[in-house]
Parts: sequence; C-alpha cells; structure tokens
Amino acid sequence: MPNQDFIPIEALTQGGEPKLWRTPEEFEGHSEELELENYSEEGIEFSGASRRRFLSLMAGSMALAGLTGCTRQPEETIMPYVNPPENVIPGRPKYYATAAPVNGIAEGVIVESHTGRPTKVEGNPDHPASFGATSVHSQACLMDLYDPDRGREIIYLGLPRNWASFQNAWSQVIAPVASRQGAGFQILTETVISPTLGAQLQAVLKKFPAAKWRQFDPAGPHSARAAAQMVFGKPVHTYYKLATADIVVSLDADFLACGRGSTRYARDFSTRRRQGDRLDMNRLYVIESTMTATGGKADHRLALRYTQVEEFARELAAALSVGDASGSGAYQSWVTRMARDLQAHKGASAIIPGEHQSPAVHALALAMNAALGNNGKTVIHTNPLEVQPLDQIESLRELSRDMNDGKVDVLLIMGGNPVYNAPADFHFTTGLEKVKTSVHCATQFNETSLKTTWHIPEPHFLEDWGDTRSLDGTASIIQPLIAPLYGDSRSQLQVLDTIVQYPGRSSYEIVRAYWSNQSGVKDFESWWRKSVHDGLIADSALPPISVTPNNNFGAPPSSSSGGMEIVMRPDVYMYDGRYANNMWLQELPHPMTKLTWDNAIFLSPKTAKRLRFDNQQHVELKYHDRSVRGSVWILPGHPDESTTVDLGYGRWHSGRAGNGAGFNVYPIRTSDALWTGTGVEFRKLDKPNPLATTQMNQSMEHRDVVIRNTLDGYKKNPNFAKQTEHAPPANLTLYPQWNYTGYAWAMSIDLTACVNCQACVIACQAENNIAVVGKEQVLARRAMHWLRIDTYYEGDISYPTAYYCPVPCMQCENAPCELVCPVQATNHSSDGLNDMVYNRCIGTRYCSNNCPWKVRRFNFFLFQDWKTETWKMQRNPDVSVRSRGVMEKCTYCVQRIREAEITAANEARYIHDGEIQTACMQVCPTQAIVFGDKNNSANRVAKLKAEKLNYAMYAELNTRPRTTYLAELRNQNPEFQGA
Amino acid sequence: MPQYFSRSANSFARFTVLGAICALLALGWWGYLIVRSPYEIMQNVPREQPVPFSHKHHVGGLGIDCRYCHTTVEKSSFANIPATKICMNCHSQMWATSPMLEPVRESYRTGKSIEWTRVNDLPEFVYFDHSIHVNHGVGCETCHGRVDEMPLTWQAAPLTMKWCLTCHRNPERFVRPRNEVFSMAYTPPPNQIALGKRLVREYHIKSLTSCSTCHR
Repeated sequence: MPNQDFIPIEALTQGGEPKLWRTPEEFEGHSEELELENYSEEGIEFSGASRRRFLSLMAGSMALAGLTGCTRQPEETIMPYVNPPENVIPGRPKYYATAAPVNGIAEGVIVESHTGRPTKVEGNPDHPASFGATSVHSQACLMDLYDPDRGREIIYLGLPRNWASFQNAWSQVIAPVASRQGAGFQILTETVISPTLGAQLQAVLKKFPAAKWRQFDPAGPHSARAAAQMVFGKPVHTYYKLATADIVVSLDADFLACGRGSTRYARDFSTRRRQGDRLDMNRLYVIESTMTATGGKADHRLALRYTQVEEFARELAAALSVGDASGSGAYQSWVTRMARDLQAHKGASAIIPGEHQSPAVHALALAMNAALGNNGKTVIHTNPLEVQPLDQIESLRELSRDMNDGKVDVLLIMGGNPVYNAPADFHFTTGLEKVKTSVHCATQFNETSLKTTWHIPEPHFLEDWGDTRSLDGTASIIQPLIAPLYGDSRSQLQVLDTIVQYPGRSSYEIVRAYWSNQSGVKDFESWWRKSVHDGLIADSALPPISVTPNNNFGAPPSSSSGGMEIVMRPDVYMYDGRYANNMWLQELPHPMTKLTWDNAIFLSPKTAKRLRFDNQQHVELKYHDRSVRGSVWILPGHPDESTTVDLGYGRWHSGRAGNGAGFNVYPIRTSDALWTGTGVEFRKLDKPNPLATTQMNQSMEHRDVVIRNTLDGYKKNPNFAKQTEHAPPANLTLYPQWNYTGYAWAMSIDLTACVNCQACVIACQAENNIAVVGKEQVLARRAMHWLRIDTYYEGDISYPTAYYCPVPCMQCENAPCELVCPVQATNHSSDGLNDMVYNRCIGTRYCSNNCPWKVRRFNFFLFQDWKTETWKMQRNPDVSVRSRGVMEKCTYCVQRIREAEITAANEARYIHDGEIQTACMQVCPTQAIVFGDKNNSANRVAKLKAEKLNYAMYAELNTRPRTTYLAELRNQNPEFQGA
Repeated sequence: MPQYFSRSANSFARFTVLGAICALLALGWWGYLIVRSPYEIMQNVPREQPVPFSHKHHVGGLGIDCRYCHTTVEKSSFANIPATKICMNCHSQMWATSPMLEPVRESYRTGKSIEWTRVNDLPEFVYFDHSIHVNHGVGCETCHGRVDEMPLTWQAAPLTMKWCLTCHRNPERFVRPRNEVFSMAYTPPPNQIALGKRLVREYHIKSLTSCSTCHR
C-alpha cells in the first residue's frame, strides 16, 4: 500500500465551518435538532401492534408467503393477435410524434408505445419548442391519461347518460335559442390556440350570431396581452431567443423552470452559457418577488417586493433613457451598472418580464428591448397565437354578470374549471346555478362538472386528434396513440361539430378537413402524412413582425397603501390547478423548497422572525375580508414584508391525489388584484399542519459538495476543481481492481447548466416504474425518487446564492454498497454498473446504510399500486415492478443499455455515442446530463470527464464514482465586486 | 457423586446432535431437490391447449420452418405466438371443417384471441431476448428440445438460472453455426469445443454473467 497521508476530516467541511446550507435552521446552526424534530413518526408506527401480535403475524406470513413461495409458477396464457397490425413487433416499442399542450401551448413530443399502450413521453428533437427535451408536465401527462378518477361517462344531473341522449336533449335545448339567433347561448373556453377549434367556434358564431364566445384562463398571460395593447395598440405575441443573448434580465420571470416556453428557454440559455468553452458565458440578472429556480441560477439576484419590481423596471428604463420613464433612484447602484452592461451588449440582451407581473412591467420590458435593439434578434414579436385575443378577465366578468342576471339559457364550458378558479368577486358559481342548461366538456370530472347539468368526458390528447401551436407559432397535428379509454368521451371538436352540423364527424375528419383547406398544397395526402409523422407542420412558425412601442407605461403605482403584500402565482407544477390529480406532479419536490403535496405561505426569514412564526406554523391569512389557512414556509431569499402563495392547490373534487392537498388561494383572488395586493394579516392557529419536504432527507453532513467559482476565478486558476477535490490515488484500495474491456458506462453532470426544473426526476419516475408514496410517507422520509436535485444555499439568509446538484446513483467502481449485501443482491456488472437484483433482495438495507450519497430507496410498504387497472397500463414493461421489502436504485436506465447492446450486437457494431440516452439525459432541457461509454475517448462523456472542471463528489472516499460533475461557474459583473 | 448417565450416553448424545444436523441438512437438500424437480418446474409436462396443436405434425411431418409462425424471433425479445390469421392461411383450405379446429375458426370469426397456455414461462423479473440468442448461434433446439417430436408441446429444459449459466459461462459448449440455428436434428460435431471457440470469436459472443444482463 502506498504511503498516504490521510486527509483530516475537518478539511472536508472547510475547517468545520460549513459554507453551504439548506434550510434557515441549518443556516443558524441547529440542523441536528431540526433533523430530529422533522423526523416524523407518522407512517412508521406499526399500527399499534404488540410484540406478541407482531411475532404471530410474522410466523403466519412465513407459513403462508414463505412456504407458498416454493410452489409452482402460476399458469399463464398468451393471447396473440387475430389479425396482426402491420409493423407491430410484440416486444419492441414503437414511437409516434405528437404535441402535448403544456400550460396552453404545444410542446413537441415523441411517445413510446408498447403494443398500443403509451408508456413514456420524450421530447421531439425536431420540434422548436423542445429540441428533444420536455417539461415536467409533458412527462407527467401519462398520469392524466391513466387517471382512474377521470370522467368516464356522460353525466346528466349526477346520472349516467349516453351520447345519443345528449344529442337528443341538446336538439331540444338549442331549438328555442336558435330561433333567437343564439341569444342566451354562450360558450366559455380556455385560451384557444388550436386553429381547427378556432375555426369551429367561428362557425358556431356564424350560425348563432347573437351567441357569445368567452375565454378564460386563470393564470394565462393577461399582463402580456394588456401590455401589447398599451404599447402597440394591438395584440402582439412576444417570445425570446436566448441562444444569442449575452445579458438576460428577468423581471420576476421564472423563465428557466416554469411557464410557457421554459423548455426552449432553458436550452438556449444553457447553450449560450457554455459558449466558447465557458469562457464566453452569458450573464443573468434576476429581480424577483420570491425565490425561484431562475433566481437561484442568477449571477446577480435582487429580491424585491412585487410593486418594487415595477419601480425597479421604471428606473432601469430611465437609465436606458427609454421614453419618459423615471425612477425614484432607490436602486441606483444596481440600475446604473446593469444599464452599462446592457448598453455594452446592444442587440444581444433580453429583458424578460414575469407572466404574473403588472402590464406596466411588460410594457417597460417591451420598450427597453426595443431601445436596446433586441427586437428581431433576441426578442421576437409575432401576431398572437390565440385565434381571438381578448381581455379574458373582462370576458369572464361579462359572462358572470349575464349569468347572474339570468340572461344565459345555455352555457357550454369547454375545458377549464371556473367554479374552482374564477376570481372570487365574479360569483361565477351562483351565476352558473341560474343557467338552465350548462354543459361541461372536460377530461376531468371536476368542481365545475359538479355544478353543470351535463358533463361530457373529453378524450385526453393522447386519445384523440387535434391541433395546436407552440411558442413560435409552429403548428402541430395532435396524433393519438390509443383509442379513448372511455367509450362515450367526445372531443371539444366533436361537441362543436354537433352544434354546427348535427350529426358530427370524428375528430380526425374535422382536423383533416380543416387542414386540407388551409394547407393549400396539391398533394394533401403526403403533406398530411409528413406533418403527422414529423409532429409539426413544416414552416408554420408565425413570421416575425416589426412593431414599435409607443412608450406608454401607464402611471407609476401610487405608493402602496401599506400593510404586508401578497403575491399569488401559479404553482410551478399545479399551474392553475389543472394538474392537481397528477400524483407524479404532486409528489415531485418543488425546486427551491422541495415541498411535496402542499403549497405554503412563503415568508422571508426576517418577516417570519418579526411575526414570531416558526417554520411550518399553521396560520390563517386574512386579506380583504377573506381568509385562507395554510402553513408558513420560511423561504431564504424571499423579499421582506411580502408573502407568496401558490395557486392550484386545495381542490375538493379533483380525485384521490388532489383532494385536500394544500390550500385554495382562489377564494382571496379578485379580478382587480389578480396577482398581488396589500393588507395581509396573519393569525396563528393551534392545530399543526406539517408540510412534507424532501429538502433535509439526505444529508451530505455539511461537506462542501458543490465545487464552484466565478468565471474570473476560473480564468485565473482553471484547475480549481481538481485542487478542491481530495482524490486519493486510485490504487489505494484493498479490493482487486476491475478491468473494463468492453463498454464502461459513465455520466457527467454539468452544474453550470442545471436549472433545477426537476424534469429529470419525473422522467426517471416514468421510465423506471417508481412508486408514489403519499404525503405521510414523504414526511417519514420515504420518497422513492431515484434521482434527486439537492438545493444548497450560500451566503446570508436574506440574499443567498443557490446551487443545484442532481444526485443519481454514482455507480462507484469501488462500491461500498456491493460489499455489504449478505445475499449478493447488488453486484458489479462487467461494464461498471452497480446492478440491483430486486428478486434477490431480502431488505436488510445494509447497502443503503453504506452508501455515502444515500441514493438507494427502500420499499417500506407496498408502495406500488397493484390493483388499479389503468395504472398497470402505464408501467414500463422493461423494468421490474418492485414490491414491499425491496431496495431499489438508479442503474443508468440499464434496460435501455441492454436493449441498445442487443440491437448493436445483432447488427455487429459498436454502440454509437448518444445512441443510449438515460431518461434523465433525454429529458434535460439544458443538456446538463451526458451519458455514454467513457472507454472511447471520442465520446462526449469521455471528453467532458477530461475537462478541467470535472470533479467527483466525495472523491476522498476513493469509491471512484462513474458519475462525476463539472464544477459550477457564475459570471459576475466585475463592476459589482465588493458591492 | 453417582453417575447418572452411563458411558454410552455420550455416544448417544453425539449421535443425536450429529443426527439432528444431518437430518436438517437432508431436509434442506430434499427441499432443494423438490424445488428443482421437473415436477416443480413443470419440465417435460405436456400442456393442454385450447387446440391440440402438434409441432410433431407441423414441424416434423410437414417441415414448416419455425419462423413461418414465430415471426418475430429474430427481431424481438419475444418470439410471438402466431396470430389466428397465420393458422387460417392454410386452414381456410385444409381441414377447413375439422371440429378440432373450431376454436381457431371461432377466433377468426369473432376477432377474439385464442388463449394459449404458456409452456416456456420465465419469471417476470427475467428479461430474456430471443433475437440476440438466435442471431448468435443458439439453436432453438438447445433450449426448446426436439420440438419436432412433440405432439403436445412441453418445456424441455429446466429454465432455471443455474441452467442458463451453464451456457452463459461456457458458450462454446453449445453454440452452433448460424445456418443450423433452426434445424431440429442437429448433432454437434465431435470437435464442438474447437468449433464453438471459433464461433464465439467469429460471432463476437460474450460470456455475459452480470446480473443486469437478465434482471432489471
């Protein structure tokens, strides 16, 4: 053994003073107490069983389960096709392109289908909104498709009906309306982007000229629409091309991790960030009213209250001499330096306003982008995506007024859930009860379906044809992958078709007929086939238009009326509440808080201290004579004297997952203050309401695991990462070395690129049949996600810097887990994976105890749902479904590796670089994760591992992990140094 | 102090202790034999099927190639059971009124699949791939036995992991030339080991014994 000086353990924690912290408690230095305190006993208890009862149960189960395990395998049958469909090879999945509507706009996806069952969603590499990646919502859409709580049949006043009886009833209802030219008939839709649906709605209006078409999306881009009216005098759609933006300024926009177009923005941003071997990084300034994933990624971040963001925007506009904007001078030091930076990068910067920020901020951003020469370069204006843009708040206000005045006889609600999410001052529900015939056509049987006379189940987008547009206007045909699970479901297109030209056609015929008119090509059949196959209609992006803003930013807000401010934002995962019954999304930890199954009342540490609130204090929030109850979450980096609450929770009729999760914010949301207001008061409640967070689940024991530096620091010392990691010589081990002659699978994770969007976590869950455990088990620290993203903070608690660190299994070459398994259930594979053999595991959990990264997950109970039929259809047939008492873990998606190996071996060739993509790599919008064979130095992963920034986490343990990281760099403005 | 036990008690005690250990070991061994017995793993048990399909007649007698019915065996992990349509290719003309074939015709009429009983059934946690084996010189017969001599089909091999590993550890003992993969009465040459070693090299056959080769 070589002579080796062991590293003093203190050196690893930077002299015992941890720099990184995860929670306010840890920042203040009493994390151990917190860990004990947070460790919920709930769900751990053995239902009060005594020792004697336990033993008799164990003896009984040994006799029943243990011995019966020795019986013969049960007899199984095979049911082959009668007439096999062409090109279907049982055992080989097929892939189809389609488009997933995410928060209202399209994301191009490719869906994997196993003999007719969609099992996994991937990004469409050719689609401009995704480039092969997807958002968390596209990943999770399968849970909506197979949701057992979906509406299954046509319901009339609580009783099941069929399509014929609806058509019959409809013809009677519509006859008197038709005689009045449609007066008294109104249609409420969500924002309509689908060209076919738009054309149909217009056809309905043509047939019933006095009918009204209303649109409402509670969390849609209302401010952007209003701002376009203000400064351009007409509706204009704006999006950003960040691949050429040297400077990006976010005015309260969480554009990297959520919101419309975030998948594409994250891709462009991270590509630009790594330009020129990272020596030519872009710079991100974030001014925001809460702590978001984008804010955590910022090179310079300023936490301001919602109204202050507008003041800041005015001041920045003044510094850029835009129009007659003027500022108070409160943010002068920031604004002058930022303005200089922006001026130096004219035409290569972008100022992005948050969707929930005020119209004035949007107008200012439009004007500043124009003044900086960004229009047409990084900021693109086009005609609106919507078929008919309108002020949606006014639209719903008029509808509610009409309903309450008894002017609406027939109301057709297409999608959405206004009973749950209409502004509280509209009294929408009271109005709806006065409507004689109301029809709700939606995929979910939700709160609105309960209040309408008819409910028509709508097929999921994977079940029926349709069309939609993406961020840049590119149109896609939505191609279904499976016949509707519930026979009597009818799409919105079919329902409208019934109204226009009874009897209706199929959705396929409707969409095809529309495009055969629109496409204007001679050979429509091949045009159609190509468009459906590619998942997008070629050259259908909306052309950029040239517009000049008129510098009308409205009056500056009068100094706030005092009291604490509240900000209501759509939740990162639940959005406006439509995803509430999606169990994958409910259990997905939120980027910054790692909260699951709940929303919270976010307060800054200082404000919480002033109010004498501990974390998770259950409180009543009073605002304008209305109140809601929720738990406080102290959020580092949140502005003081402000509180943020997320919309989309607290639903009461969403289904098994969403009912009762979190609290409902809509009762305090009024049309005059959609996003913010002042005058919040709190009252402490006695009854505790614990929040389930995974932030403290896996402790890294205060070791400084994220190696990081500024760009300047990197330029001065490119080898800083290698110098910080304490890698001992590789031969310092008692065990024989492995020899990898064939493939050697490895992964590289770029911390500079990761934006904490959590898409990898949910993609891993979808690919690997990972169970959902529920809030109680998350509280007991038993969340099952194989891959987690650790969020760390550094610096002062009021204005911290955040770091994100995805942690999958490290696939160590000297793996601590493999040595301790008493039954050899975890072994080293010839290509360097730490294999996990589920059927051999007896659940001692020694491996997990011995894992320094804590990446193994144990099935304490039967977490998988073995009963619900629809969920069985989602499972990946290439991965075992694990049962109780079994340890499970990431194996670099070994099923994909083996499949590719077999294909390559059958074709007698080497596996190409990039041929195997793990689920996390495939979904990653920023391409932070790269997987491949490191034995071939031409492969991307081998090149990344040879980079100077490459380091292994816990290198000092000499386990030689196959997963390594590229150290994080931040590009700080030199002018800000010392400020 | 009087001697309570006679001298022979010592031997007796030794005998009982040893005997108990032996009995336990024997019991364990007996259990192991039962679990691995052909009865338990259903080896060599002809299985009842909805239609008494005879491989002996179709393969041995008529000489139909395996791949005429099991079409996906070279392309997919799963060697498919033929669709009713494939049966009807011939049986719409031959034996078209035979009462024995009524379930086939019924399936074709109604569109409902025939429910065949699975004969070679691996546990769900085993991911076996036919294509890689067939393409690398593992004969059908090596695992499925002389199917051409089976009136009703039975499982010819134990299909235990131990049995899989005999080949995975020493593929040269079993591998045959590619053009012999689908033949039934292939006799390995006397120099099988030498031939096998050559084929292993030629076909790039790897001795894969990592757990994740089959378990995921």
